[in-house]
Amino acid sequence: MRNVARLRDLASTIRSKNAGVDHITFDVIFRDRANFERVRDAGVLSRAKVAMLYNIPESRVTDFVVFEPANAIKFTIRRVRPSGSPGEKDVFGAQQYAPLFDVEV
Amino acid sequence: MADISILCPTGHLGFTPLEPASFHAGCALKPDFVIADSGSCDIGPYPLGADGQASPAAWQRHDLEIMLLAARRMGVPMIIGSASDTGTDRGVRQFAEIIEEVARDHGLAPFRMATIFSELTREQVLARMSAGAVVQGLDGRADADVAQIARTDRIVAVMGAEPIAAALRQGADVVIAGRASDCALFAAPLLNAGLSPATAYFAGKLMECASFCCEPFMGKESILGRIAEDDIRVTAMHPGQRCTPMSLASHAMYERRDPFREYVASGHVDMTHVRYEQWDEKTARAAGARFVTSEQPMVKLEGAGKVGERRLAIVGIRDPYTIENIDKAMDWARARLAERFGAPEESDWTVYYHAYGRDGVMGALEPTPPLHPHELGIVVEVVCQDGKRAEEICALAARNLFYARLKDVKGTAGAAALMSDEVLVGKPGYEWTLNHIIPVSDTMELFRTEFVTVDSSARKAA
Repeated sequence: MRNVARLRDLASTIRSKNAGVDHITFDVIFRDRANFERVRDAGVLSRAKVAMLYNIPESRVTDFVVFEPANAIKFTIRRVRPSGSPGEKDVFGAQQYAPLFDVEV
Repeated sequence: MADISILCPTGHLGFTPLEPASFHAGCALKPDFVIADSGSCDIGPYPLGADGQASPAAWQRHDLEIMLLAARRMGVPMIIGSASDTGTDRGVRQFAEIIEEVARDHGLAPFRMATIFSELTREQVLARMSAGAVVQGLDGRADADVAQIARTDRIVAVMGAEPIAAALRQGADVVIAGRASDCALFAAPLLNAGLSPATAYFAGKLMECASFCCEPFMGKESILGRIAEDDIRVTAMHPGQRCTPMSLASHAMYERRDPFREYVASGHVDMTHVRYEQWDEKTARAAGARFVTSEQPMVKLEGAGKVGERRLAIVGIRDPYTIENIDKAMDWARARLAERFGAPEESDWTVYYHAYGRDGVMGALEPTPPLHPHELGIVVEVVCQDGKRAEEICALAARNLFYARLKDVKGTAGAAALMSDEVLVGKPGYEWTLNHIIPVSDTMELFRTEFVTVDSSARKAA
């Protein structure tokens, strides 16, 4: 395997957080512009790719944005139930990002 | 025109205590306003629905006291929004009482306080719906119908800058606002100073979470904004923090679906063409926001309603065979519950097994649940209208794991470790019932402002 890196090695911030009460948004931010461009251009993060990673239909990925001012890739998924409802597991949506760590670039 | 400067010590007043050192460093720079938001939906629907608070009263007082004493000493207005986590009328009154108490304890000279209430009754919303207003769902939700309003225990409307700006123009030294858009607290004095809505709301958007827009990551540290038209400079007050173009931009996209638009009652900030640059060692500058005024002003409504009483139990599992077959054990346990209490969907009860060590954090979103976890911690959650019944169902839901019948189990004395054979009383379960917007003819019309002169000497004499 030549030149394969994992997202955890390239990004400086990988986080998830509520975006309102019905969504969780994910931010992958790169301190290094070259790393940002490498991941952006490799196409390893896309609406379809993150839907596959989280095993959800693409329709639940409501937003996917490349946010150039912050060297960031950002996507948002719709919750099954609003945050904090009975049965929900992460009221802040703050611990849903770990699967992104091992995405290969 | 001279800069307007705003000091912000915390992104959620009272949630954890603010850090006084960087706040006082900011005060030394003589800000024109001291502003903090105290609310969040992140805490879940319970505090709004039950009209409680998520933060300890002692921490709320800690933050309000530090801010009020500084603001009165400097002779500048202080603005607090979304009082007591939720911004209900109770929250506004509670914060107003703390302000009066602090003033009394410190013998502060008289000052004017405005309280702005933003709670709506179900009847008020239903009356607007009867009159033809459509309560539109946000984030893919359906428009609200009468049943949805009926399921809602408490509703707050989210104010823009207008009611706060009006209170300041009428001489308020302290503003305690109910539920408000975070950025509106900052926009209010900036609009009064003649700045455009684009600059005013965008400055608020950048500043509302205090030190979260700086690096490295630190909470509850102060930041100072210096603002002129289309020229926003944000400076970290903590000696170990800086505000950089990256930190400011990454905050602009924080906890939101769309990093380019921020909606308030009167319209939205368009951040598509914003530019960020380093201004000095600790300061980043932003410019280039636009504001798009809505033809139809829309005020956001937040509402929460009770789902039922909640009970919890904790059990652990170590037997590798049981762990491997835990889904079968849960299915068996559920089936026995249904035999005794009726089918859950027809008999008003629900059980959730949260399997920590497998997918307790992510549930169905977990792409790689371990096949052979060493041990599992299972939190059993039961919701039911009746508390006594919830307790009984929860006890059986836990014990059924203990008695789970799995074909080849070798440990025949109990299939689970009960950390303690007890059922814990959880807070009642609530749900966000409203995440909607309602049309208004005037962005002020849903909000009520009251003024009082806080005069600690008069109180003492009385």
